[in-house]
Amino acid sequence: MPRMNAARKHPVDFTLNGRTVRAEAENRMLLSDLLRHEIGLTGTHVGCEHGVCGACTVQIDGRPARACLTLAQQVRGGDVRTVEALSRDPAELSPLQAAFRRHHGLQCGFCTPGILMSLDVLLRERPDAGREDIREHLSGHLCRCTGYATIVEAALAAAEEQRKEEKPNV
Amino acid sequence: MTRLETTGGLIGRTVERVEDAGLLTGRGRYIDDLPVRRDTAHLAILRSPHGHAGISAINTHAARALPGVIAVMTGADVARLTRSMTVGVKANVECWPIARDRVRYVGEPVALVVAENRYVAEDALDLIEVDYETLAAVIDPEKALAADAPVLHPSLGTNLINERAFRYGDPEKAFAAAAHRVSIRIAYPRNSCTPIETYGVIAEYDPGEDAYDVTANFQGPFSIHAVISRALNVPGNRMRLRTPPDSGGSFGIKQGVFPYVILAAVAARVSARPVKWIEDRLEHLTASVSATNRVTTLEAAVTADGRITALSWDQLEDCGAHLRAPEPATLYRMHGNMTGAYAIENVAIRNRVVLTNKTPTGLNRGFGGPQIYFALERLVHKIGDELLLDPLDVIRRNLVPADAFPYRTATGGLLDSGDYRAALDRATTEGRLDALRRQRDAARAQGRLYGIGYAAVVEPSVSNMGYITTVLTPEERAKAGPKNGAQAVATVAIDPLGSVTVKVASVPQGQGHRTVLAQVVAERLGLAMDKVRVNTELDTERDAWSIASGNYASRFAPAVAGAAALAADRIRARLATIAARQLNVTPDRVDFRAGTLLDRDNPDNAVSFGRVAAASHWAPGTLPEGTDQTIRETVFWTPDELQAPTAADGINSSLCHGFIFDFCGVEIDRKTGQVRIDRYVTMHDCGRILHPGMVDGQVRGGFAQAVGAALYEEYAYGGDGSFLTGTLADYLIPTVMETPEPLILHYETPSPFTPLGAKGVGEGNCMSTPVCIANAVADALGVEDIRLPLSPSRVSEWLYGEERPPSKPLDQTPVATGASGERMLTGSGSAEVTATRESVWAMLLDPNTLKAIIPGAHEVRKVSDTHFRAEVTLGIGPVKGRYRADIRLSDMVEPETVTLSGGTEGALGSGRGTGRVTLTETTTGTRIDYRYEAAIGGKVASVGGRLLDGAARVVIGQFFQALARHAGGGAPPSAAAGFIQRLLHLFGRHR
Ligand code: FES
Ligand code: FES
Repeated sequence: MPRMNAARKHPVDFTLNGRTVRAEAENRMLLSDLLRHEIGLTGTHVGCEHGVCGACTVQIDGRPARACLTLAQQVRGGDVRTVEALSRDPAELSPLQAAFRRHHGLQCGFCTPGILMSLDVLLRERPDAGREDIREHLSGHLCRCTGYATIVEAALAAAEEQRKEEKPNV
Repeated sequence: MTRLETTGGLIGRTVERVEDAGLLTGRGRYIDDLPVRRDTAHLAILRSPHGHAGISAINTHAARALPGVIAVMTGADVARLTRSMTVGVKANVECWPIARDRVRYVGEPVALVVAENRYVAEDALDLIEVDYETLAAVIDPEKALAADAPVLHPSLGTNLINERAFRYGDPEKAFAAAAHRVSIRIAYPRNSCTPIETYGVIAEYDPGEDAYDVTANFQGPFSIHAVISRALNVPGNRMRLRTPPDSGGSFGIKQGVFPYVILAAVAARVSARPVKWIEDRLEHLTASVSATNRVTTLEAAVTADGRITALSWDQLEDCGAHLRAPEPATLYRMHGNMTGAYAIENVAIRNRVVLTNKTPTGLNRGFGGPQIYFALERLVHKIGDELLLDPLDVIRRNLVPADAFPYRTATGGLLDSGDYRAALDRATTEGRLDALRRQRDAARAQGRLYGIGYAAVVEPSVSNMGYITTVLTPEERAKAGPKNGAQAVATVAIDPLGSVTVKVASVPQGQGHRTVLAQVVAERLGLAMDKVRVNTELDTERDAWSIASGNYASRFAPAVAGAAALAADRIRARLATIAARQLNVTPDRVDFRAGTLLDRDNPDNAVSFGRVAAASHWAPGTLPEGTDQTIRETVFWTPDELQAPTAADGINSSLCHGFIFDFCGVEIDRKTGQVRIDRYVTMHDCGRILHPGMVDGQVRGGFAQAVGAALYEEYAYGGDGSFLTGTLADYLIPTVMETPEPLILHYETPSPFTPLGAKGVGEGNCMSTPVCIANAVADALGVEDIRLPLSPSRVSEWLYGEERPPSKPLDQTPVATGASGERMLTGSGSAEVTATRESVWAMLLDPNTLKAIIPGAHEVRKVSDTHFRAEVTLGIGPVKGRYRADIRLSDMVEPETVTLSGGTEGALGSGRGTGRVTLTETTTGTRIDYRYEAAIGGKVASVGGRLLDGAARVVIGQFFQALARHAGGGAPPSAAAGFIQRLLHLFGRHR
């Protein structure tokens, strides 16, 4: 690996939402800044830059991760997924997103992308997730608007729907 | 006000929000997402590490020389281009958005850097050298009034910036005649509903026209636009203020972005570039804005059966270091409803406003309500306790009776509508208060700590823009001219294809205004909701607005949605006239249904909405004589009920008054002192409900914030003014795990004063819930002096008394607070090295060795034989900063002992300490013993004591370990190294 220089930008090659991208970043640049300000995907939000609020949560190699605690250089060769990729068709909402709309799981929507990216992992890995699993999973996120209840309802509804779709005959 | 009758059935339905598709797919457009000009530069702000200090010099040379830096400005540079911000009381003080010769709170801006990007701008902040002369700070509002208290503003000569006394009815007589006098004293803490999105500003300056163009996530009120224009020395039409389409929440807080609008505007002017500033979380928590803390003494005159006949309020309001517009509004917003939900005829009030070395205060959800209701509802409970009455009976007995509405309060408020007793009774029945009482009895029988609390409040909404002038004397008001009203504005426009656009100046912060307005206007015009599109961005240069515009005081549903309905109805009346001619009927027979205008008696006789609507564009000549165009209608609406304060200081401070009755059951863990909310019931009368889903969303959101305020959140300060809760790891916002689900009930009595009968609803639980929980805790513990937040340690104190120091001394002396309120650390240690005493001694005096062993040192200069200067960079948790250290050697006994004393100062804080080093000869070399005492203050203190104490020990330890290593021995103790690793891991950030 070539030696990196703090004062210079270095290329970062990675997969972003299914496409290969090459970006340039100084060593100290955060992944959140790279995504938002270099690449222009502003769906990932920044609420604290110290790992507490969860607004910046993206998926790195299928796991939820705080983009504000990740250096851009750390995702070299990795697979990053952001809220922009959650629904396949931009004109349609994914079942999880649709459940959030139905259940009023958002108000200002600032915390929402991070929460969606987290829940997306949970529902993939734990299709049987119940209320307590969802609450525990959500405890890594702060929402200042909703009081959380509708977020939990939305997640439960999405989980339920997913289970029905997987076993259509049961 | 005549109520509008509605037809289409859209209003009152929980429809899906039009906002959500974009927000859920990452297509929101918040301030930091907006495209900017390619030449936009970035602003970073150097902030004061001291609560109170004089600035003797600022050296910006090195910062200016850094490549990528475009401009560096100090307070003097800003002052040359601006004027002091307007202060809302008559007092000899100035109020600047940046410090000039003195800093008065931690986080106060001291210098501005504009650079090519934010990273470089922050690098440059580290290079600015500020010489401070620290002054004694005052944090406590009562101490700030003492004769020997440090005075923040010498021109004022005192910290008491305003005092007024009020008298309504005959309180003295009522107190003299009272069977009982019951009083309570409350110290309400500071907190903030802090949103997840921080402040942001994008500013441009056009020198050709001497005009500013600023986009900021400002929430209003737009009376502040006048403050900004004046401060920037331009007429209002040269201060264009725009808001982004989306906002990441505000809860009042984003009113406080306005000083940064001024700073960014000046920065853009000086650097001749557009300038963008996004606040970071540390800045936001430390220095954005806070609710007021208040010390209240409240006394009631009470009859034998628990009727309150008079109240006497003494309120001491702490507005922080500057009285920033619109303060002291927090103290006066509730002036018309100081008697709460009760019919109390006689009231005395003394209001004092004091300045302390804390962040200036401003809007915060509930605005003044939490402070007054905490006192009033605690007092009502205390009356119950002292008179051996059930507090619920005291509440019920004093409520304003249903036949008294609209009810004029003693202080001049006009409670619009309600049936408080019926609402209360329904809440106790549907909320199963009986069952809760049985549960309490059962829990107590088992020896558990269980309590029930109540709170009854009126929730004011739609502020009278004149209420704040109640702070002036009647004579001052007469001179200044009356202020009153609450202009709401809405525009309905129809384009040439007949589709409808609504434009308002409500500046939503996530509440879904666009959805509700589409509902309202679509219903008025008989259209499907998706035929109406709503724009809520505000541009002061192009849109209709007034000083009351914005998103505060819960004014949307009662005022703005009402104005939109009125605008739609004006267009509707004209459309009916136009259609009547086409349908050959009289206008009153024209009905609007499913996109058509039709003869109500013969529905087949119909014409499409689009066709009628388009006539004004395509064929204005065909409009019936005397019928105006239907292209665009703007309605400004202000209610007659909002008049200026009377000569006797009576003020109807708000148009609408919702009613809330809450009760809850809490259980306290005897071992830990943890308060658990077992059950919470909240009954709301917010008038007519326009969208039940959103109303419940507002209630739940406010409730969650109130739970935070009751149990976890406090803006804590050290005695020296250092801010101790600067991260979200220290300022604890409830997560889903800490947020119980309340039972929400409704009782609808429409307001007779608003077009749609709606009242505000967003703030009520921030007023009712903290005191309801406190009352329950008081009931569980039998403690009267309940202070928020109800943290386990505080509750444990009430349970077990104050924690006693351990009988055996600990290895490390626990953290103490120094004389000036700094955190004190002491420690000691030793290391064995192979070098001789003489060579260790020489190392201590050699700048090169010092550079190698001082953690994070870039440079060590020898000023004299006994004086060194070092530049160091240290990271503690997320707070990484550059510091200058001065180290002096004294009491030197070569080569045995030396005292090192030093001070360090940087953007993030300051420290000073002394260490005594003793060198002893051993068989293998030298033993180095050290003992130190250090004090730390400033911003580093805000990253959290727990972290700081450990980190400081590690840093000091590192120094001596490095010395030992340098001298050939003494492997570093692994515990310390492990701690560093853990810290780095925890924060995962290695810039
Ligand atoms: S922005 Fe990353 S956790 Fe808050
Ligand atoms: S919806 Fe605003 S922070 Fe969650």
